[in-house]
Amino acid sequence: MTIRLGGIIVGLAITAVLVLWSLVPGFINFAFGPPPEKQASYAFYEHGEGPEGGFSFDGPMGKWDVAQLQRGYQVYKEVCAACHSLKFVAFRNLQQLGYTEAEVDAEAASWTVPGLDPNTGEPTTRPGEPTDYFPSPYPNAIAAAAANNNAIPPDLSLMTKARHDGSNYVYDLLVGYGEADPEKAAKLGFETPPGLYFNKHFPNVNIAMPQPLVLDGQVSYADGTEATIPQMAKDVAAFLTWTAEPSLVQRKQTGWFVLGFLLFATALAFLSYKQIWAGMKPKKK
Amino acid sequence: MSFAWAKQYEPKTALTKWLDEKLPLPRLVYNAVGAGYPVPRNLNYMWNFGVLAGFCLMIQIVTGVVLAMHYAANQAVAFGTVEHIMRNVNWGWALRYAHANGASFFFIVVYLHIFRGLFYSSYKAPREMIWLLGVVIFLLMMATAFMGYVLPWGQMSFWGAQVITGLFSAIPLVGEPLQVWLLGGFAPDNAALNRFFSLHFLLPFVIAGVVILHIWALHIPGSSNPTGVEVKSESDTVPFHPYYTAKDGFGLGVFLIAFAAMVFFLPNALGHPDNYIEANPLSTPAHIVPEWYFWPFYAILRAFTGDLTIPFTGIVLIPAKLLGVIAMFGSILLWFILPWLDKSPVRSGHYRPLFNKFFWFGFMPTMVVLFIAGGAPAEEPYVLLSQVATAYYFLHFLVILPIVSQIEVPKPLPFSITEAVLGKDKAAEASRTGTVDGGDAGTLPDGSLQPAE
Repeated sequence: MTIRLGGIIVGLAITAVLVLWSLVPGFINFAFGPPPEKQASYAFYEHGEGPEGGFSFDGPMGKWDVAQLQRGYQVYKEVCAACHSLKFVAFRNLQQLGYTEAEVDAEAASWTVPGLDPNTGEPTTRPGEPTDYFPSPYPNAIAAAAANNNAIPPDLSLMTKARHDGSNYVYDLLVGYGEADPEKAAKLGFETPPGLYFNKHFPNVNIAMPQPLVLDGQVSYADGTEATIPQMAKDVAAFLTWTAEPSLVQRKQTGWFVLGFLLFATALAFLSYKQIWAGMKPKKK
Repeated sequence: MSFAWAKQYEPKTALTKWLDEKLPLPRLVYNAVGAGYPVPRNLNYMWNFGVLAGFCLMIQIVTGVVLAMHYAANQAVAFGTVEHIMRNVNWGWALRYAHANGASFFFIVVYLHIFRGLFYSSYKAPREMIWLLGVVIFLLMMATAFMGYVLPWGQMSFWGAQVITGLFSAIPLVGEPLQVWLLGGFAPDNAALNRFFSLHFLLPFVIAGVVILHIWALHIPGSSNPTGVEVKSESDTVPFHPYYTAKDGFGLGVFLIAFAAMVFFLPNALGHPDNYIEANPLSTPAHIVPEWYFWPFYAILRAFTGDLTIPFTGIVLIPAKLLGVIAMFGSILLWFILPWLDKSPVRSGHYRPLFNKFFWFGFMPTMVVLFIAGGAPAEEPYVLLSQVATAYYFLHFLVILPIVSQIEVPKPLPFSITEAVLGKDKAAEASRTGTVDGGDAGTLPDGSLQPAE
């Protein structure tokens, strides 16, 4: 009885404190106070839908489009790599994109990585080897910030997992550059600050990254695919999905095998459950 | 510690006879989850979740021990070693996804286990100790899960650690030094990461120990059941094996199908993208949210937006932050007195019309609202919703349950579990035949329970 009485008193006290000091002032403010201020940039944000037709790896049956990954790699190498590192990916991983061992050796050697002079021990550079990881374009974070108006270009290895709906996000971002609607901007007093760039698919619409894919044919695809901006954006988004999760397709394929086994095992378990309980209702000896 | 009609373990081979004399481990298993444990025959699928929770703990320990072989708890490399597991360790991605989603599924299963306990009043005498130990397990799980989420050292790891340890700073006088002591520094850093890893490795084994106590305490009165009538005779029970091993086997299969679907097809759906960004003390995420299984309690924490002041004087008695912290911890700690708040002699919610209404139309919607509000940014209308739901949460347990249990007129209960399953006539028949077979040695003529020594 004491516990219940104490409980009722404590319960009413907590409720009174919550209602009188938090809920009522909050409600008055919500109902009669000024509406919360929204940044002008929200008026310009548009949610992207990703590339038309989606990606080949979407859905439970999704598979890599190896040719697309190779094109995406080319876009990364020729455009993104100027500023963005890819530190969790090694050259040896490129074999998964359909390159032969010799091609990977050659590809690795086309990159310059930091090394040590074998005779003096002084820091120097050398051609990459398959076991090396993609080198960073900057020696350190301070250099990266100094070269980019104080905004450090993020590492791209995990970018598509580090954003909500990342593959589509990367695509949308790359095709989202442009100008803010001048009429609306004038009305709201919106201005893209100097050093930033308008991008309708970036959460606060002002992004520090200048438009990386600026014109069709910026990259000459080895397989002859026409390098339009949306095409390059889609290819590099696919490539960055692979860098974020090289095991994605293997994971889904393993999943079907595991689910198949589990469905079979569960069906057997259900039948044995039914059989064992069959004699139970009604129980008679 | 069982019913008189419980089957006795009989070692058959020379080896098991020898073992039974020296260390009766097979006897223990036989009595715990074998044919030697009589269980009410009317358990529904809600009674599957205890076994499933135990299974989840095993998944977590096995995958966790292997992950620990490849992980390094150092702030300079922790994020990288997780990626090393994902990319270079054979089947490392499967291990890590199973561990991360395993935590979520552990909580799903345990929440269903708790809701079952709340609806069928599994906490009532004579099972209070099982419930109390269960609350201890839940608190240990929360601590373990929180510290585990810090280990990948992503943005949410770091800022989650900052926010949660910051709760302790709300305590008057000792709060700030306490937070520094817990973290081993002024902000989450290598010291915090290292101790969290150490404790994250230790606590699951503590949980396993309390789980053993939980099951031990369960075997004293035996399992509860959906009718809420205690076992009266042998015809009310079936041996755990093969009846419930078979049913749990089926339940386990269904659980594993759902689990595998998440691990292999949506492994990051329950996580936050920000945790794939390495921890950066200089960049605060837009919305710091804990893992989904903490959302209801996070909503209670944030519901208190106003300091408790003396009106018109501006004197602050209790700051809002401390109120929130007290309420959040209180919302779980009050479960410790739940067996004494709800005095209704009837256990099952099916036979308690008033309780039933409050449970389904009050408590469950409240939990849903708290869940949604806890995961949402601290904006209206979520704050108001969380305040209303928090108020109801405390009213439900502390005010409504005690009063309802006082004034409610329960529906008539069946005489026995057998009657609940078979109907009156057949129950009488089953009871008679049981007596003829001499299997009802533990039942007195009035049908009351007579536990064996």
